[in-house]
Amino acid sequence: MPLIDLANPTRFLRLVERLLPWLAGAVTLVIAIGIYQAFFVAPDDYQQGATVKIMFIHVPSAWLSMFGWAVMSIAALGTLVWRHPLADVTAKVAAPIGAAFTFICLATGSLWGRPMWGTYWVWDARLTSVLVLFLMYLGVILVWRTVEDPSRAARAAAILTLVGAINLPIIKFSVDWWNTLHQPASVFRISGPSIHPALLFPLAIMAIGFVLLYVTLLLAAIRTEILRRRLRILQLMQAESATSSRS
Amino acid sequence: MTRKQRRLILIGAGLGVLGLATALVLSALNESIVFFNSPTDVVEKRIAPGARIRLGGLVTPGSVARGDNLETRFAVTDGNNTIPVRYRGILPDLFREGQGIVAEGKLESGGAFIADTVLAKHDENYMPKEVADALKKQGHWKDDYTKKPGVTR
Repeated sequence: MPLIDLANPTRFLRLVERLLPWLAGAVTLVIAIGIYQAFFVAPDDYQQGATVKIMFIHVPSAWLSMFGWAVMSIAALGTLVWRHPLADVTAKVAAPIGAAFTFICLATGSLWGRPMWGTYWVWDARLTSVLVLFLMYLGVILVWRTVEDPSRAARAAAILTLVGAINLPIIKFSVDWWNTLHQPASVFRISGPSIHPALLFPLAIMAIGFVLLYVTLLLAAIRTEILRRRLRILQLMQAESATSSRS
Repeated sequence: MTRKQRRLILIGAGLGVLGLATALVLSALNESIVFFNSPTDVVEKRIAPGARIRLGGLVTPGSVARGDNLETRFAVTDGNNTIPVRYRGILPDLFREGQGIVAEGKLESGGAFIADTVLAKHDENYMPKEVADALKKQGHWKDDYTKKPGVTR
């Protein structure tokens, strides 16, 4: 089956139905291994002690909070340029998932900050730009909830998403452009990771597990949204035939 | 040119202009976005005594002196300049000599810094304790700590 056929919602639905059980199984397996590795095998950090365990949740959520917005940005292009219905659906359901990961990132970071930095929150460039990302997620959700016509909501949300995409490089490079309380990048940096392999390995497994979790949640949500839209159309048609038969 | 291409170019141009505007705003606001000033910034900017600032740098090794009532005196350095700091209160666990910290407070007229908050800055290095001990034993421990980016700037 050529890839372009997946743009057809019916074919897409059929593939998702077949994939979902496998994906759910993979998520459970990989995250179970990741949690075991992170909490029972990985050594404590030389200066953070056991607090380093928070990183195994915080860092993958932080990556996915940005990845989630990138997915929405691509979908926004699909909405604005190609006017594709699957792009609208993807953009809509990706927002709450991304917001959830951003919230986990902020909450775990705050819990880590109290013992390590000495404070739950500071207004430095990294923390503030991630908070802005979270608020923009809420803004996109709000647009979808307030604008009733789905295709108009899609366009408004797409513009907001693309404007917000400018925040992504700001988040990534905030720790390099300005001095911040948040530490600089440890994994994706030019001179290679500065995390010891014993700690990097569980983090990598957790990251794979979180990405799989994101994909699973996204596909399941897209399926639900497609079905919900079909139901809405059916109800509209039914209401219409009911009124026309009465007159 | 098709309508799709025209829309794509329009979106690209819009994002380009918006990105440029954001870059200009951020570079204009650079002074207020930085979280702390290094000792060199404090000296070069001639920050007036009494103004509230955050001072960031490394705790000078050998400078920590603990007094009564949780009072601690230490010095913060970035390799070029050093500023003495006085603080009364509970220090974060990571506070120790050679550690990056951010102190919030004000400069005295004598040049000392009176801090009312001290936060520890964690660096980007993560390793098990055994590895850290082994590195220390071999004498490779934080040789370059004064050259760390974000502290000297």
